[in-house]
Amino acid sequence: MKRFTLFNITSLTLGFAFLYVPILILIIFSFNASRLVTVWAGFSTKWYGKLLQNEAFLDAAWVTLKVGILSSCIATVLGTAAAMVMVRSGKFFGRTLFSGMIYAPLVMPEVITGLSLLLLFISLGVERGVMTIVLAHATFSMCYVSVVVSSRLVSFDQSLEEAALDLGCSQFDAFKSVTLPIIAPAVISGWLLAFTLSLDDLVIASFTTGPSATTLPIKIYSAVRLGVSPEINALSTLLIGAVTIGVITASLVTKRAAVHRKRHEEMARQAEG
Amino acid sequence: MSTDPFRPWEDPQATPLIRFENVTKRFGAFVAVDNLSLDIYEKEFFALLGASGCGKTTLMRMLAGFEKPTEGRITLNGVDIAPIPVNKRDINMMFQSYALFPHLTVADNIAFGLKRSDMPKAEIAGRVDEMLNLVQLSQFAKRKPHQISGGQRQRVALARSLARNPKVLLLDEPLAALDKKLRQETQFELMDIQGKLGTTFMIVTHDQEEAMTVASRVAVMNAGVIKQIATPDAIYERPNSAYVADFIGEVNLIDGKVTSGTEKSCKIIWQGGTITAQPRAKLAKGTEVRYAIRPEKVVISASKPEATNAIKGKVLDIAYLGNISTYHVETDSGQIIKAQLTNVRRLSQRSFAWEDPVWLSWTETAGIVLTE
Repeated sequence: MKRFTLFNITSLTLGFAFLYVPILILIIFSFNASRLVTVWAGFSTKWYGKLLQNEAFLDAAWVTLKVGILSSCIATVLGTAAAMVMVRSGKFFGRTLFSGMIYAPLVMPEVITGLSLLLLFISLGVERGVMTIVLAHATFSMCYVSVVVSSRLVSFDQSLEEAALDLGCSQFDAFKSVTLPIIAPAVISGWLLAFTLSLDDLVIASFTTGPSATTLPIKIYSAVRLGVSPEINALSTLLIGAVTIGVITASLVTKRAAVHRKRHEEMARQAEG
Repeated sequence: MSTDPFRPWEDPQATPLIRFENVTKRFGAFVAVDNLSLDIYEKEFFALLGASGCGKTTLMRMLAGFEKPTEGRITLNGVDIAPIPVNKRDINMMFQSYALFPHLTVADNIAFGLKRSDMPKAEIAGRVDEMLNLVQLSQFAKRKPHQISGGQRQRVALARSLARNPKVLLLDEPLAALDKKLRQETQFELMDIQGKLGTTFMIVTHDQEEAMTVASRVAVMNAGVIKQIATPDAIYERPNSAYVADFIGEVNLIDGKVTSGTEKSCKIIWQGGTITAQPRAKLAKGTEVRYAIRPEKVVISASKPEATNAIKGKVLDIAYLGNISTYHVETDSGQIIKAQLTNVRRLSQRSFAWEDPVWLSWTETAGIVLTE
């Protein structure tokens, strides 16, 4: 069977074009010497230099990083705990309701999440700023972590934990010394997911932020309203680069672990035979 | 072994190490273990044998501490263990899946329980070496569980559960994941290690051959109750119920009625004729009984033999198993009785073929009269 027919190649090209042409244009124009975004005036990296001198952007980047790290840590702890309860406790009264309520924020419109959090913070009289964004991000990204971690826990051999208890561990020690190291990849990817979600969230952040805290998405959005500048293009290119490197690293690490494992299993088989 | 002095269950003075006293375990409406009492003695290799779902695993998990009895109590050395949590019990378990920690090396797996015991840190490495030697895995100490073979993993699991020197070791289907040849070798290894250490072993299995090979006593369980506890030979030769007789090995079960009898001998009438047998106690005339006779105790011959019990039939089927053949013989009255012959001679020279008229015979003591 011929794999590369004209039809296949066409659909492949169109599909990738649809996905990546906009991004490609953005990257190309970030190296544009001209101030006008749509007119090519030769190659230049000056916008990157300008970007590094723009304090407002750097501040926003720092806030975003802080929010991302803090909120994804909180979300990971809470999400993992929720996943443990969901998978482990079997049937209890209200289980369906509980699991539904954990997953509901996945489909909840962000506007509503943002608005309800805003109302909560106002009624509690909390001053809005970095901490409120952190809490808001932890709230909505926690369910993503719990989905990722619980899918790992479902295939987790529970007798491992029982063996740990049997060998003298307390419940907590068993979790810390056996369960956590084994589900660590899922917990880490849950954290990465939460971090990414926090990085690019605009809606919830703008609802829960105060005058003291501006995240990068908010900054970009408000800058774009005044017109797209090549600086924004440069910033976006940097973000794309960071995400690409992250994704490639993650997949390489996973792949290497799989190859490693396969080789070991091969060795074990030879030892057996 | 007639010289084996190890029979503490026959000694009224001996105090059992583990006692189940009227233990019941319910899961909702389902009764997994039903008012069960059982004594296990120190240094025993005790086997719980039963089909899946008979409650044997639940019984073991209650002893380990993963389940709590609904009623009744379990004592270890006379102390009720109900309030002792699983991590404080002097009982360790070897899991069916082995449950080796994949992120730790073989040596760290074995050291895992020791690090959580009161053993001084300096002695742990020595103990780990000792355990590795016991299961002959010293050269694999630095490997991870997925870098060793299934049989080696089984031995690591054994070493890990024995490292803390528990009073009782529970083995949950320990050999189920191994292939037959390795399983048989490992059975002897297990017995060897148990003999060396003198730890009380309790094994749960559905494999009757395994139970018979390794155990000092076997308990046959069904539907949450123990049908019989006895030594392997007694379970096989003197089952107390049709269930046990049928569960362990192959058996012909013949329904009949006692026509006359003394304490030593009785006559049972059934569709195919009359059987003379030795009952365990005097049976009243008219008692409905099941007569159990093992296929290997039934002799096949071409002409009418001089035997207490003889019956005529024709060969219906022959199951050739290599070392033995099982003959399915249809009696004149239509029942099928199985008889086993060792294949002393080559297949082409065997004496009986399909449709051959044959005589089946057995002695008065060969079978067992069962009333339940």
